[in-house]
Amino acid sequence: MQAIAFYLLAVATVVAGLLVVSAKNPVHSVLFLITAFFSAAGLFVLLGAEFLAMLLIVVYVGAVAVLFLFVVMMLDVDFAELRQGFAQYLPIGAIVAGVLTLEMIMIAVKVATDGAAAKLAGPMASPAGVPNTEAIGRVLYTDYIFFFQLAGLVLLVAMIGAIVLTLRHKPGVKRQNIGQQNARTPKTGMEIVQIKPGAGISE
Amino acid sequence: MIGLSHYLVVAAMLFTIGVFGIFVNRKNIIVILMSIELILLAVNINLVAFSVYLHDVTGQIFAMFVLTVAAAEAAVGLAILVTFFRNRGDIAVDDASVMKG
Repeated sequence: MQAIAFYLLAVATVVAGLLVVSAKNPVHSVLFLITAFFSAAGLFVLLGAEFLAMLLIVVYVGAVAVLFLFVVMMLDVDFAELRQGFAQYLPIGAIVAGVLTLEMIMIAVKVATDGAAAKLAGPMASPAGVPNTEAIGRVLYTDYIFFFQLAGLVLLVAMIGAIVLTLRHKPGVKRQNIGQQNARTPKTGMEIVQIKPGAGISE
Repeated sequence: MIGLSHYLVVAAMLFTIGVFGIFVNRKNIIVILMSIELILLAVNINLVAFSVYLHDVTGQIFAMFVLTVAAAEAAVGLAILVTFFRNRGDIAVDDASVMKG
């Protein structure tokens, strides 16, 4: 049962990944990316890492993929032109990818059969009796608290950076200037005009 | 029985697909960014698989940090892309060589 689920999710992940890089339309690429993330989250659930699976869906599918979708749909680009050279680079890319896959699979099998993991008894996502999320929290907020804060800082800097990069000041847009508003006094805010009787007011 | 090697093989394939995507889509920077996301996803699968099979929760914490950096990288990358598009009206990366000084 677990094996069936694993093979389904693994095939879905790899096929979706292949379609991400080979789809003609980038919108389809983003949708296949979402599929790949969902299947990978399923793999994480299968491993017992439930917290990271949910995190993957919230962060990747909920934020990153939607961001990609926004940008792809917002930019008016001729994507057919960008695909030039796809066929040209396909053979060398396939050769490099094939060799890389073979090497990595050989190393992975070797590590899995002869490495430290082979001596331990089966998969265990968290210590016995402790839920996965609690196990992560216990380590994250003690040993890794500094790195946790640093991760927050990275996200803050990224957010400010993205805003600064994309903020555009259009000329002629009226904005609120709070300093100017607070500095207003009766003297600067109004003008007293002496009017002669019968003369009226000219602008 | 599904073992560690199965997960490592899936991650290896996903990683190479990401590298392959960068190879064949050299002009389309959006697909290059998505390929980088795929590569980071493969790294995450590796980290989580090792974490689970070595009975050490630290790997999952590192996967979380990778996730954080990936999200930040995607946000900044896409922001640069939008700015580049506004300035050039095009996103062909061959033209990115104008960015000097």
